[in-house]
Amino acid sequence: MKKTFELEDLDCANCAMKMQEAILKIPGVKGCEVNFIKQKMTLEADDAEFDKIVKLAVKAIAKVEPDCTVLL
Amino acid sequence: MKYKLTRKQKKMLIRIIIAFALLVVIAVVLHFIELPWWAELLIYAVPYVISGFDVLKTAFINLIHGQIFDEKFLMMIATVGAFATGEFPEASAVMLFYQIGELFQSIAVGRSRKSIAKLMDIRPDSATVIRDGQEIEVSPDEVEVGETIVVKPGEKIPLDGVIIEGQSTVNQAALTGESAPVDKAYSDNVISGTLNLTGVIKVRTTSTFGQSTVSKILELVENASDKKAKVENFITKFARYYTPAVVFAALALGIIPPLFLGKGEIEVWKTWLTRACVFLVVSCPCALVVSVPLSFFGGIGGASKDGILIKGAGYMEVLSKIDTVVFDKTGTLTKGVFAVDDIHPNLISSAELLDIAACCESFSSHPVAQSIVRAHEGHIDKSQIGDVEEIAGKGIRAVVEGKTYFCGNGQLMEMCGADWHECHLTGTIIHIARLDNGVCEYLGHIVINDQIKEDAEDAIKSLKNVGVKRLIMLTGDKKNVAENVANKLGLTGFFAELLPADKVTRMEEILKGGKGKVAFAGDGINDAPVLMRADCGIAMGAMGSDAAIESADVVLMDDKPSKIADAVKIARKTMRIVWENIIFALGVKAVILILGALGIANMWLAVFGDVGVLIIAILNAMRCMRRLKV
Repeated sequence: MKKTFELEDLDCANCAMKMQEAILKIPGVKGCEVNFIKQKMTLEADDAEFDKIVKLAVKAIAKVEPDCTVLL
Repeated sequence: MKYKLTRKQKKMLIRIIIAFALLVVIAVVLHFIELPWWAELLIYAVPYVISGFDVLKTAFINLIHGQIFDEKFLMMIATVGAFATGEFPEASAVMLFYQIGELFQSIAVGRSRKSIAKLMDIRPDSATVIRDGQEIEVSPDEVEVGETIVVKPGEKIPLDGVIIEGQSTVNQAALTGESAPVDKAYSDNVISGTLNLTGVIKVRTTSTFGQSTVSKILELVENASDKKAKVENFITKFARYYTPAVVFAALALGIIPPLFLGKGEIEVWKTWLTRACVFLVVSCPCALVVSVPLSFFGGIGGASKDGILIKGAGYMEVLSKIDTVVFDKTGTLTKGVFAVDDIHPNLISSAELLDIAACCESFSSHPVAQSIVRAHEGHIDKSQIGDVEEIAGKGIRAVVEGKTYFCGNGQLMEMCGADWHECHLTGTIIHIARLDNGVCEYLGHIVINDQIKEDAEDAIKSLKNVGVKRLIMLTGDKKNVAENVANKLGLTGFFAELLPADKVTRMEEILKGGKGKVAFAGDGINDAPVLMRADCGIAMGAMGSDAAIESADVVLMDDKPSKIADAVKIARKTMRIVWENIIFALGVKAVILILGALGIANMWLAVFGDVGVLIIAILNAMRCMRRLKV
């Protein structure tokens, strides 16, 4: 399943890169792209584990930039 | 265009202003008063914490999560190091200016986003649909295919459709960038996103909102920033290595020289610690990571305003490197519409010949026949036309005003025995002969050609000016027709009489034969295989054509070949700005690192240099949004 989320208050381009790398390391993630300019994250993972992976992704994002919120 | 700061940005701005004011006041006051070092440290710590407490907090949190190469952590180390070496004003200033840079980045990107969004504000908000005789205003996505909508003057046409009542002129600038009004009448297609100007029209919709042209365009541009350019990938990789490299260098700089030069002396350690901190200040590749994607984003958005849709940064990059453009002939360089070019009469006048030919051809639906009828601008009295017979592969025999005429190709002339001759001009030649007393008299011929587009010649000139070396045409048409077009336009080469499969083969040869990238421009529907083989496939006249939008890498909304040159110009400009920023940012950072290692550059230079580079790179990147001056 592939879904796009809006990221609020994503202000740092470097942070976007770090988030993308961190999420790509989550097991089960087939693809992830964090677009700093559009403030959007596209996540692709197995249907079965999708919700779990989304939660892990949100955590990873918070670790890199605590101010950034993921609009689910 | 007013950009409103977010709450977060407003708070940051206030903190920066307060910290800046405090810093200036403290610096001035402490210039005159002497205080013990711990007092000065505490005083300078105030603006430091005011401007930087979020950085410090995040630095700690990230450190706990194991991120050592986090820019905030490194900034914290650099400033703490500055405090440690007694450089209190520097430490405070570095934090302050770092935050100024971050805020600027945040605002600049926010403005660019808003600017592009406004550029793309071609989406219609509502539609007036006629249901049960009532006009109801609904959201465009609630209208089904086949329903009738009414569009009043001044309103945006919300959906693709066909006019079933009324007529008007429309402004298609939102899609093509050209504001010349286009007349639309009964049975004409209208496109979503265009502006209805003069008359009220009723339109029967032909697609849903989601499938409409305007939605497709928006989707295309929206997703365009997902396809990364090679240079973007390079920057990403580079950034990953840059920070650790600078940090290790800083570590080495802070430890190794003092060990060799004066182990016991605090002053020596302090000197090299300062230099190491200078390194840490420029350890973030932010300017690159922000300015490069921003440039592409701006470039793609700006181009879309001119009706040039580029499907990704990668294609923008390819477009900037093309040195060969391959064209399809019919519909791309020519209008695909036949018209009379010349009349060569024999025994009678041009006007009379045209008159006769038009009468003969008036019942035929063949494009060539219609071009003759069109050229004859007067009224054709069909009551004067008697028996009309189409002779397959040869032409027409018709009786006009009692006389029999033969209108067709050379074979027809042979058949009736007329003393005919070829024309020295190229094109489709229609010969006319009259049967008189059993003898066929040759009355002359009419030269008909597919018309070259008005701006085609300029387009070729522009492309040559932009540095395109090979301009090649592929066509299924006859060799002499192709040669004529190629010469008129100044092309460097052409291949004629090609079958569709041949076109692909030729494209392969062309691809192998050159150094730069190869673009192919066609109508996107018939040329899909060739379009896909090219390094950059350009579909023209895509307005209303889904197939074209799907198959190409670059989509031109109108069918003017001059837009190809514009697209190349935009691509080159964007890439130039991208590289300007890369070289500038890396250059300045390298200089700061070298001067820092040598002890010439201090923290002030480092932070001004770093933040300055960031601000300049971002401002430069925003230039990409500007439209080409026409």
